[in-house]
Amino acid sequence: MVRETAPGRLSRAMSTTLPQTMSPAAAESVAPVSTSSAAPRPHRRHYGDRVYRGLLTALALSLPLLMLAIVAQLLVSSWPAIRKFGFSFIWTSVWNPVTDTYGAAPMIFGTLVSSLLALLMAVPLSLGVAIFLTEFAPRWIRQPVAFLVELLAAIPSVVYGLWGIYVLIPLLRDYVAPPIRAVLGWTPFFNGVFYGNSMLAGGIILAIMIVPYISAISREVLLAVPATQREAALGLGATRWEAVWGAVLPYGRAGVIGAVMLGLGRALGETMAVTMVIGNRHDIALSFFQPGYTMAAAIANEFTEAQSRMYLSALFEVGLVLFVVTVAVNALARLLVWRVARGTAVGSKAL
Amino acid sequence: MSARVATRRVKSAFFTGLVGLLCFLAVLPLFLIFADLVHKGASSINWDFFVKIPVPAGQEGGGVANAIVGTVIIVALACVIGIPVGIGAGLYLAEYGIGRLGWMVRFLADVMNGTPSIVVGIFAWTWFVRPVHHFSGLAGGVALAILMVPMLARTTEEMLRLVPHSLREAALALGYPRWRTSLSVIARAALSGIVTGALVGVARVAGETAPLLFTALGNLNFDTNVKEPMQTLSLQIFTYATGPFDDWHRLAWASALVLMSLVLTLAVAARWATRKRYGT
Repeated sequence: MVRETAPGRLSRAMSTTLPQTMSPAAAESVAPVSTSSAAPRPHRRHYGDRVYRGLLTALALSLPLLMLAIVAQLLVSSWPAIRKFGFSFIWTSVWNPVTDTYGAAPMIFGTLVSSLLALLMAVPLSLGVAIFLTEFAPRWIRQPVAFLVELLAAIPSVVYGLWGIYVLIPLLRDYVAPPIRAVLGWTPFFNGVFYGNSMLAGGIILAIMIVPYISAISREVLLAVPATQREAALGLGATRWEAVWGAVLPYGRAGVIGAVMLGLGRALGETMAVTMVIGNRHDIALSFFQPGYTMAAAIANEFTEAQSRMYLSALFEVGLVLFVVTVAVNALARLLVWRVARGTAVGSKAL
Repeated sequence: MSARVATRRVKSAFFTGLVGLLCFLAVLPLFLIFADLVHKGASSINWDFFVKIPVPAGQEGGGVANAIVGTVIIVALACVIGIPVGIGAGLYLAEYGIGRLGWMVRFLADVMNGTPSIVVGIFAWTWFVRPVHHFSGLAGGVALAILMVPMLARTTEEMLRLVPHSLREAALALGYPRWRTSLSVIARAALSGIVTGALVGVARVAGETAPLLFTALGNLNFDTNVKEPMQTLSLQIFTYATGPFDDWHRLAWASALVLMSLVLTLAVAARWATRKRYGT
């Protein structure tokens, strides 16, 4: 007898009658019709489910609460600086701990320029990866190459920084900067002497770092484009490239833009690698050969040295600006990606 | 064949080649970085490197035993705090996440995944360092846990959603309560995927530096007390790479090689496990 060999749950389960169709929601409301267990426990199941749901909800709520706590804390800590400097914090460029005057314009400028420079290089590379791997590459190399690109995301930021200092910068100084300077040295973007730590080095490191994010998500977006889209274009006599350019990419455009914005979000907030190669100078220089500064780098470099209350508060305000900008960019990017690939988890898989 | 068609074919071939080339260029840095890590780091790795602590600046020799142990402790702390919360939130999303709260949690998790880690660092400093006036490994662990939670929540949800609906129906039809269905049937079926997600999460935070700058701070001595400042490989690499001594640079490369091997082992193990199960 089942009743003797497996007392309790299983035998009870087997002799329980349940309705034919079971939706998860319906299961909760069905009372156990127990014929085998010694004492009927009508509320137990309901109770266990309620505890489970309550516990999971509490854990899930930790995310919004954490977000709220971060925003609130950043606001509270930066309040003295916000009150003292107002909006001039964003467009003045004096950063002087001695007189307690702070304006973050150079680092906001540097953050934007280094990130846009990175996008300029990373977008063609990433789209190349995504298009090649979804449309043209032989089937057997698609997975391995996609994995290699994703590995770029696994390399710690500080290792990129180390490589940037001792490999990339000497390479740029000896082989890349001189020819660029010879040809484009007359433009404001490339004048001056290239000493190493510079906006250019920061932009290149950032570009390498965000390629895996942009390409992984655009690849998923392109994979989500219906095959009929492609087939229809080919059927009308398009060449394979024309099918990709004219039918596949336009269909996934919003998603690809979302992927690029996610990459931008990464680049804006990237700290270690950038601070190691960008030069960390409070200056607005138009030339990519000159050192610059970013918001994240300023926090990393100056936070432990900040003596006065106002200095610390100013750094918190830098953190707040950075946070607000990245959250806005990320939120917009997510909405764009979700619009293309609704219901799928496209994008969350990127390392 | 008309000349026009020929041009179009040539154009198609040209762009095929171009995207292939771009793809090659994108992967190239990976090999360059690996080659340099092995080339510059391997020669400094010996027994002393793993068992000794750093010597005073300017002297030769010494190792990074304190940083290796510190990395393990801080990452373990992050796992103890972050994994239950992250997986719990993921279970919520998969199980009850159809309503407005579910949508919000999912969206915030995705947004927080892109939050700069340095911001999490200053947040952790205000909450866990400033009140006690003392940097600590524990604060570092908490900061890394905060980074892990949103990532784990999303991968866990995704893995749970891959489990066929019929399994859930079968368990419920047998009279399992919902919580047991969720834990011992659905979560068990998705276990390898969830473990993979956790491994990827660990691999990512193990290399983090920015959130540790103002929490764990770094420590030149061997210390396993989590209430004291603690060294990690990533902090060590930062200090050594930006320092003035050749011997430091040598140790920075060696530490980077060790950190990289650790992170890569985790990443490759994670990838291998998923591929076997789901063949994506």
